[in-house]
Amino acid sequence: MAQSTTRADRSAAGESDFKASISTRYGLDRAFTVLVTAAALIGIGVLALLLFEVIRDGSTMLSTRFLTSFPSQLFPENGGIYPALVGSVWLLGLTALISVPLGLGAAVYLQEYAEDTRLNRVIEVNISNLAGVPSIIYGLLGLGIFVQLLAPVTGGGSVLTGALTLSLLILPIIIVATREALRAIPASIREGGYALGATRWEVIRSHLLPMALPGALTGIILALSRAIGEAAPILVVGVSLYQTYVTRSPFDGYMALPTQIYDWISRPQQVFQDSAAAGIVVAMGVLLLANSLAIWLRNRYQKHSR
Amino acid sequence: MTIEAGGTRSGDDAWRRNSRAREVRERVIKLLLSACAYLSILTTFGIVAVLFEETVRFFLDVSIVEFLTSTRWAPPQGDFGILPLVYGTLVATAIATAVALPVGLLTAIYLSEYAAASLRRWLKPVLEILAGVPTVVYGYFALTFITPFFRESIFPDIESFNAVAAGLIMGVMIIPTVASVSEDAVYAVPRSLREGAYALGATRRETAMKIVVPAALSGIVAAVILGVSRAIGETMIVTIAMGSQANWLGSPLEGMQAMTAYIVQVVGGETPRESITFKSIFAVGSALFLITLVLNLVSYWFVRRFREIY
Repeated sequence: MAQSTTRADRSAAGESDFKASISTRYGLDRAFTVLVTAAALIGIGVLALLLFEVIRDGSTMLSTRFLTSFPSQLFPENGGIYPALVGSVWLLGLTALISVPLGLGAAVYLQEYAEDTRLNRVIEVNISNLAGVPSIIYGLLGLGIFVQLLAPVTGGGSVLTGALTLSLLILPIIIVATREALRAIPASIREGGYALGATRWEVIRSHLLPMALPGALTGIILALSRAIGEAAPILVVGVSLYQTYVTRSPFDGYMALPTQIYDWISRPQQVFQDSAAAGIVVAMGVLLLANSLAIWLRNRYQKHSR
Repeated sequence: MTIEAGGTRSGDDAWRRNSRAREVRERVIKLLLSACAYLSILTTFGIVAVLFEETVRFFLDVSIVEFLTSTRWAPPQGDFGILPLVYGTLVATAIATAVALPVGLLTAIYLSEYAAASLRRWLKPVLEILAGVPTVVYGYFALTFITPFFRESIFPDIESFNAVAAGLIMGVMIIPTVASVSEDAVYAVPRSLREGAYALGATRRETAMKIVVPAALSGIVAAVILGVSRAIGETMIVTIAMGSQANWLGSPLEGMQAMTAYIVQVVGGETPRESITFKSIFAVGSALFLITLVLNLVSYWFVRRFREIY
């Protein structure tokens, strides 16, 4: 008898607890929805604020003259980013020439040829590790190997050295993106090719590479846009902070957009700060363009494969 | 008859030669492709060799015990205790993590559990833009916007170069890393677990926080470690916005120097190649490399673990 009363009491208490808490729980749920949405929007908010700030600060300097002039110490208000822009285009081109074939090759080997041996597993862990090595460490690597050891080949602190260093930096990104694109291709494509008597390489060249290209290209564009935005590694391997000529060969010295911006930021006068902001507007323009291209490619590709 | 046989024979020969040529070509191509893959091993060896050689030469002049335990870092005076630089790096990284951990995790939950598929497809690439912004741009933003903002609002005594602004912006930089990797983990949690929770009367928030997040915990831990590792290796934000003065146990409102910022300071100056100061950047680089290597390996191990469960 006493027992049943207790049970009834308990269930009654439980019921009132339950009724009391359900509105609290729904309230918490609504608050949480707001919280996660806000969190997801913080990044976009900061990006918008950042763009707004640099465009406001840089608008006084920004003009076509800014794009076509040399930086100037004497008349900084007439200075521009021309040699830095040319240097960055050189870096971009050479880095693409070096890193894209090597990255595609490594990805094809690892995804299509490599058997599950200990060596290949080591390579895999190693690549994911290289992706996490700080960019400035690649700078030190470039300093030891390309600037000092291979100076007769690379010409020391040349734009080629910069591109080689940046290539090593972005290779892991290209390899990972290409492997993912290759992995998404159904096995039936390969089997169809083999059944018709094609060799492994023939199947890769005629079917797998063209099919993987959009996915790989997305990764390649993002990797290259990261490469030309990097300042730390090329500062270590000897980018010029000032030069009076434009880069004309792979063995010339070079200036670059991010290091030119860095140089301006580190000068206290307002006119240099404004120049830095204008340079950032140009750099962000290039970045947004590259990213839009990558997003467009990816969305097109995803629709295609469905 | 004879002609036919001859024709067949020569065709036969041609086919064999062709096949041999194909085989040789296949082998050469496989060799070339494998060389591309082995380049990654060579890169790692290169990094280790360059860092090791110069670091050993540095330790011929400076005692390794002093390097690891002294709290004085003043290369011109010959004081090489790395702790103040490590402190600068850690303060900035801690602030960055305090920003990126909650924001990144909540973003991941939003993307995986709340956002409609169409929105998700656009929001993720936009977040990737944040990860791709050149770090000099973040540095500029911290120096010319965040620091003045703090000075006028909550910290009137803040120095022009300080750890708070640099750390906060570094946190924004690593949000996409934390969000993207933890979203992969959250997304991989089987649907049945969510359905089970709903069947028991759990709300959406309770399902997300009490079922999905714990189930994805090892992936989330991996994401945070990866973000921390990126923050430790970040160079330009701390170089531009945190200053170039080593500061042992200083307040986050003061300027301090990070390990990466020291390397930039030396290579940007007129330091002679053979001087002990120049060799010291390789010792600092080695320390940086080892710290990030350990963090990356731990993160890799966590990712593998959560993949094995589901």
